[in-house]
Amino acid sequence: MNGVPGRDDSWHRLHPLSPVVRSGRGVLAVLAAVGISSSSAVDGGSRWFDLVLPAAVGIAAVVGWLVTRWRLDGVTLRIESGLIRRDSRQLPIARIQAVDLVRPFLARALGLAELRVRLAGSSDADGRLAYLTEQAALELRARLLAAHHGMDPATPEPAEQIAVVVPTGRLIGSVMLSASGSAGGLVLAGIVLAFVSPAGLAAVAGTLLWWVISCVSLVWRRVSEQYGFTVAQSPDGIRIRRGLLGTVAETIPVPRVQAVRMIEPLLWRRVGWCRLEMDVAGSPGRDSADGGARMRKVLLPVGGRPQARFLLATVIGDAALELTRPPGRARWKAPLSYHFLAAGHDDTLAVSVTGRVRKVTTWVPLEKAQSVRYVQGPLQRRLRLASVHLDAAGHVRAEFRERPQDQAGLLVGELAALSREARRHQDAPAGYHPTRAAEPVTVPRQAASVASPVNAAQSEA
Amino acid sequence: MSAEPMSAEALSAEPAEALSAGHTGAMSPSPRLWRMRRAEVAAAGVVLAGIVGTAAQLTAGPAAAGAAAAGVAACTVPALWFARNRFRSWAYQERDDDLIVERGVMVRRLSVVPYGRMQFVDVTAGPVDRIYRLATVRLHTAAAASDARIPGLEREEAARLRDRLAALGEAKAAGL
Repeated sequence: MNGVPGRDDSWHRLHPLSPVVRSGRGVLAVLAAVGISSSSAVDGGSRWFDLVLPAAVGIAAVVGWLVTRWRLDGVTLRIESGLIRRDSRQLPIARIQAVDLVRPFLARALGLAELRVRLAGSSDADGRLAYLTEQAALELRARLLAAHHGMDPATPEPAEQIAVVVPTGRLIGSVMLSASGSAGGLVLAGIVLAFVSPAGLAAVAGTLLWWVISCVSLVWRRVSEQYGFTVAQSPDGIRIRRGLLGTVAETIPVPRVQAVRMIEPLLWRRVGWCRLEMDVAGSPGRDSADGGARMRKVLLPVGGRPQARFLLATVIGDAALELTRPPGRARWKAPLSYHFLAAGHDDTLAVSVTGRVRKVTTWVPLEKAQSVRYVQGPLQRRLRLASVHLDAAGHVRAEFRERPQDQAGLLVGELAALSREARRHQDAPAGYHPTRAAEPVTVPRQAASVASPVNAAQSEA
Repeated sequence: MSAEPMSAEALSAEPAEALSAGHTGAMSPSPRLWRMRRAEVAAAGVVLAGIVGTAAQLTAGPAAAGAAAAGVAACTVPALWFARNRFRSWAYQERDDDLIVERGVMVRRLSVVPYGRMQFVDVTAGPVDRIYRLATVRLHTAAAASDARIPGLEREEAARLRDRLAALGEAKAAGL
């Protein structure tokens, strides 16, 4: 309707079909409920009454669409919405943490897409433009990211280089392998119970069945969420595309990555698989289950170690650090997890390995450290051990566990000083001086990417 | 290391020994915090003794009531000792670039929070705090785990700290 929205800085509406898509599922559910209730009604009298609710939902959606408008004026994206409680949001483009393009099934069928702009501390509802035409959404994303990197918003979307594509077979295999642990346990429990007392099996059959169903639905959700997982590298950030029925395309500027975790569950280790997750600053404690909404983004749902190493190098630079292990007396404190416990750091990066069944390796760039903590419990004091935690934004942290007490004391000071230095390197904090970020800074990286100054310290790593 | 209580000077001992010396010394909460904690423990002891004593009176008789009340009263002594150690364990130090907060008796914690990482500062004072003219200052960062909380500050000190932290936070702000 607007030609090409976003090219000028006038106000724009969302796509006229948005209310249909937004209320589509709700109206269908209400209609289904009405259908059930009216079919079970004794007399077919007050039929008009049944239609009030869906009509109200529909009207509310249309009104919601009518009063919502957005506009892009160089440095901020403004979204106004609400009829009774007028809501005007200003999203500074320099503070963007990630831009997601979400296409639920219905929207995809109609050629629409939702754009989600994520800022630190914003909730799910903030920065949502639902829905735009696919073309307009792609164009707006390109403009936002170009402006974020301090370039002319009219710059066309830079070319990308596909880094990793997760084959469907491997994805299904990995999900089955994760599910097979619990499923195998269930089947075993069922068989044992069947031998011991068939009556008992009948009693718990309902629960078992429920578990099996939830297992299957979990497998389905994981596969459909991460189907066709593609990671691509481009100068404006890491791009991730995934999804079977509804698709999600995420773009995360590399300097916005707060921490990366590599997870190797017990059964996957045999096959040499691992999973990579990266954390982006968001509102703490509001990780929703919705795939597009959480701030913990999957960087690689399943992959071999070489793939993981390659992606790590792209996101946080050289990640091969020398790790040190806690002293032998730490076995008394951590008899199980001692097996993998290790940690290390250099001038720009801290790494820790924790977990026994589920081995987790966490990388936190020191410039992203929010605080450094020294923690010593009673048992640790008896053993002259202490832990040092390096917190990154959100819930992730590198844990230097069970270090000798005197070393841990030194480590606190060292990490605090190193992260102070690392912060100094990121001299123009894009998050706080939107105007200063306006000049492009070229960083010699792979494919000579253009990145915000925050990246400078990182690529030295 | 022994389990004996930490005092403010613990900041200059390990583990903070490794931290380069700041420009101000270690500070601790107001002595009124100890008075407040003492009053709280005593009040809790009296209430609990009353409840237990009444229950014993109703079920077993006055002798049992007296014994029960005495038992509860005896329990307040270790509670007071613990509260005392806890009070003593609190210490904080404002350095050039970060705030250090130390606390804990059983689990000893020391947090180093850079001013630049501060998202906002909270000053709270509950009803009991207000009786003793005390306030709690809390520093929030983008990390969920970093809790730099300093309880039992005198109001003026709390206001001073708040303003200083806010000013430093703005001056040294670093983007996420």
